[in-house]
Amino acid sequence: MSIWVDKNTKLIVQGITGKTAQYHTKQMLEYGTKIVSGVTPGKGGTKVEDVPVFDTVEQAVIETQATASVIYVPAKFAADAILEAVDAGLDMVICITEHIPINDMIKVKRYMEGKKTRLIGPNCPGIITPGECKIGIMPGYIHKEGRIGVVSRSGTLTYEAVHQLTEKGIGQSTAVGIGGDPVNGTDFVDVLKAFNEDENTDAVVMIGEIGGTAEEKASLWIKENMKKPVVGFIGGQTAPKGKRMGHAGAIISGGKGTADEKIKTMKNCGISVAENPAVIGKALAKALKDNNLWRAEYED
Amino acid sequence: MNIHEYQAKELLRKYNISVPKGEVINKMEDAEMAAWKIESDIAVVKAQIHAGGRGKAGGIKVAKSIDEVKAYSKEILGKKLVTHQTGPEGKEVKTLLIEEGCDIEKEYYLGITLDREASRLTMIASEEGGTEIEEVADKSPEKIFKEVIDPVVGLAEYQARRLCFNINIPTKLINDTVNLMMNLYQCFMEKDCSLAEINPLVVTGDNRVMALDAKLNFDENSLYRNKDILEYRDLDEEDEKEVEASEHGLSYISLDGNIGCMVNGAGLAMATMDIIKFYGGEPANFLDVGGGASEEKVTNAFKIILSDDRVKGIFVNIFGGIMKCNVIAKGIVKAAKEVNLTVPLVVRLEGTNVSLGKEILDDSDINIITVTSMDEGAKKVVELIK
Repeated sequence: MSIWVDKNTKLIVQGITGKTAQYHTKQMLEYGTKIVSGVTPGKGGTKVEDVPVFDTVEQAVIETQATASVIYVPAKFAADAILEAVDAGLDMVICITEHIPINDMIKVKRYMEGKKTRLIGPNCPGIITPGECKIGIMPGYIHKEGRIGVVSRSGTLTYEAVHQLTEKGIGQSTAVGIGGDPVNGTDFVDVLKAFNEDENTDAVVMIGEIGGTAEEKASLWIKENMKKPVVGFIGGQTAPKGKRMGHAGAIISGGKGTADEKIKTMKNCGISVAENPAVIGKALAKALKDNNLWRAEYED
Repeated sequence: MNIHEYQAKELLRKYNISVPKGEVINKMEDAEMAAWKIESDIAVVKAQIHAGGRGKAGGIKVAKSIDEVKAYSKEILGKKLVTHQTGPEGKEVKTLLIEEGCDIEKEYYLGITLDREASRLTMIASEEGGTEIEEVADKSPEKIFKEVIDPVVGLAEYQARRLCFNINIPTKLINDTVNLMMNLYQCFMEKDCSLAEINPLVVTGDNRVMALDAKLNFDENSLYRNKDILEYRDLDEEDEKEVEASEHGLSYISLDGNIGCMVNGAGLAMATMDIIKFYGGEPANFLDVGGGASEEKVTNAFKIILSDDRVKGIFVNIFGGIMKCNVIAKGIVKAAKEVNLTVPLVVRLEGTNVSLGKEILDDSDINIITVTSMDEGAKKVVELIK
């Protein structure tokens, strides 16, 4: 009951000997994620939290049959780490690292064309299938197993939305953070397609923000193809023009990419947009009721 | 990161892109010497600030004599230019570029930027030069031509040539213009630009192609490998508080309201501003303390928020997640004491040990109003400053 990652996902942690990676390796293991190996060049043969460390991703894949990797390496080396993971033939690469140069990501995306690997991120909180597998930096305890898909460009705002759902007893099938960078791997449409096809997902929460046109593109796709209700929210309605709001991709440039434009398109495409960030859960609850998807275990 | 026009032209010159002969001055007394040095009957006096719209604001003047150069330099140096990009407070002109005037036959637009949808760089050209490209896009989109660049091969010459034909570059100047385009792309890649704009690109009466104006922005994430570009940074052109915040690893943007915000995560920080506005308040700032909101970061964040004397109340909205709320709470109490907080402080914490965190905040001798949701917090802080 999920997309892309579940209890069978065998994970490599790239950059596992770093401080942040060690901390999150422990958190992920405690959540139940199957971490089979780690990679840090030059630290092969050592162990972190009892996880064997290898020098290369290729070795880690051969020795431990890993299917996915999560990247915590510093920005300077992160693009290279993604290339290495793609080259090793993994199904899925999740890059948490922030501040990767844009030109590096342009090359990475070009390299990935025609390859089977799916990249999530960079500059994202990761992906979680509650109760089965947590990959990234999100707090596991706010999630609950269930039937709502969540996709977002932001980390903490996703936690906020997930928390609101869980408080109503509404669990999530999978929550995906696609990241706040202007050039990223997986986009809204990729995730929406997967949720649309997942028979264990009833509805989707889509959280966007100012900058670019990814939300508009997703909205048009939803209008044409989505069989399930989608509830949305756009952060940055009060953001000034021409200023980068924390995320590299969150900028209104040349008057384009405003929250108003996005919200208008979303509404025109049949997405119910929460009027403020505190009522995302409420808006989803209403959408479930309106579509006869409300379940007995949910609380209003 | 933004740089000045004269710096951008200096860089373009290194990439064999023709720019007018020019001299940079910082004081009136140097105007005459500069005018002599450029050896031109007509000189253009250009204010150097990091904002567009200088011409309309009186920051660019054409001088027909040395005396006029001196007069215009006196007029513009030290003046506060107010353009559509500076905000009403304007920007003081501290530097002037004095350039040779040139005999313009025709003006074009040339730029390189990221096409987010394609995840590739795009070269954009138009024969409607001299006006903002957004304006051209609105009024005559058919006059804008784009070439999406494959990062493997880079900008191909045929693409540059196609642009030249599309924007009607005179046939005998096509080779020169193609070279200029190739050089601009090379500069963009080697220096990790995020935007390069030559507007206008001009063809002169004596058959030269040159960059009459130049705007280069750089990807801040790449500055570690472009130390030479870092030297172009002009802190006078940046918001003082934003610079200070970035030194402490905080992301801060000053806004016009009176409710200070401290939030972790960019998305939640924007959403917090939005919900304050939703309840009728006005946010004073965007402030993202980042994933790991340490005590030191929280203290620095308070100091920066409070250095804005319009701030009448503060809303702290932290979704700690994995971080422990008792640790964050201790940080907030200590920081509030250290900065001698006098305005109302509303705190919403979520994360591990949330009740322990709330206890610490409630038990402190500082007037902290704790709330359990961002909704309640936003309502509360708006109500308190009324």
